[in-house]
Amino acid sequence: MHELTAPPGATAPVEYEEEHGHGDGGTLLGFWLYLMSDCLIFAVLFATFGVLGRNYAAGPSGADLFDLRLVAVNTGLLLLSSITYGFAMLEMDKDRIDATLKWLAITGLFGAGFLSIELYEFAHLFHEGATPQRSAFLSSFFTLVGTHGLHVTFGTIWLVTLMVQVRRYGLIAENRRRLMCLSMFWHFLDVVWIGVFTFVYLMGAMR
Amino acid sequence: MSALMEAGAARDGGGGPGSAHPGSHPHGAHGTFRSYMTGFVLSVILTAIPFWLVMGNVLNDTFMTGIIIMALAAVQIVVHMIYFLHMNTKSEGGWTFLALVFTLTLVVITLVGSIWVMYHLDQNMMPMSPHEALQRP
Repeated sequence: MHELTAPPGATAPVEYEEEHGHGDGGTLLGFWLYLMSDCLIFAVLFATFGVLGRNYAAGPSGADLFDLRLVAVNTGLLLLSSITYGFAMLEMDKDRIDATLKWLAITGLFGAGFLSIELYEFAHLFHEGATPQRSAFLSSFFTLVGTHGLHVTFGTIWLVTLMVQVRRYGLIAENRRRLMCLSMFWHFLDVVWIGVFTFVYLMGAMR
Repeated sequence: MSALMEAGAARDGGGGPGSAHPGSHPHGAHGTFRSYMTGFVLSVILTAIPFWLVMGNVLNDTFMTGIIIMALAAVQIVVHMIYFLHMNTKSEGGWTFLALVFTLTLVVITLVGSIWVMYHLDQNMMPMSPHEALQRP
């Protein structure tokens, strides 16, 4: 663009074009900033868990409650959903709508599987009397893991919504931008889960 | 003026259907099949080791195991950042990286500060038996 000399009076359009040369009008940067603020929410919840995580109030501890096999399965599901979302993005680059939708559907199934196992785990804990009211450890545990689970829930809803959008309107520029935002969101949730399974489950099960 | 508009239209058309070339995404938001698979294999290894260490009680040393799995988690987070989130210092003119560094600073202050302060607060409090705690006004 620099070799073009704009005539007088055409400066404003030139700046407008330059702005869009960065990509999607700043949406991806803005969404990244949202993710960073989300990261701060999780940091505070991790800090709360770090402070309260050993206050069992004579109730059950992580070593009594956690079934690490379930957590391992859940970790695997989330990791697989990350790579299948990556494949969806690669198919999107090749403009293959059906393949994109197929990989998105597989990602959604992995996400739903993760949520099902997490809900089963929570129901099991409630059944054993390990409710959020039982101890400070359980309050902080349910807040942290529940917030992550809510994020996955909304990510899955978003994913289904985008599948409908892509099916109806195709891989238009808007849908590509949305898919890239969800891609960042989904991979970000996997990053948070690394902290959860290490800090909450594995460290908790050892004590 | 018409030259400018033509140039703009040509660039806008680059992102349209039927012309899949990486030039339409200058910030490099996508990886390749190879980079995704590299990240996935590394993640599987970095996930399997901590689960194996804890579930098999391999080291028989809670403290050392804790240090090792925290270190592996940190490495895995970096792997995810690079191979899945395509983090680099160049995208969006470096602004994403700057935001990340700023956020990490705040995260470290929040985590280390909270745990440090609360741990010392706990130590400096007068000891109180559970019975006394219940009788407290």
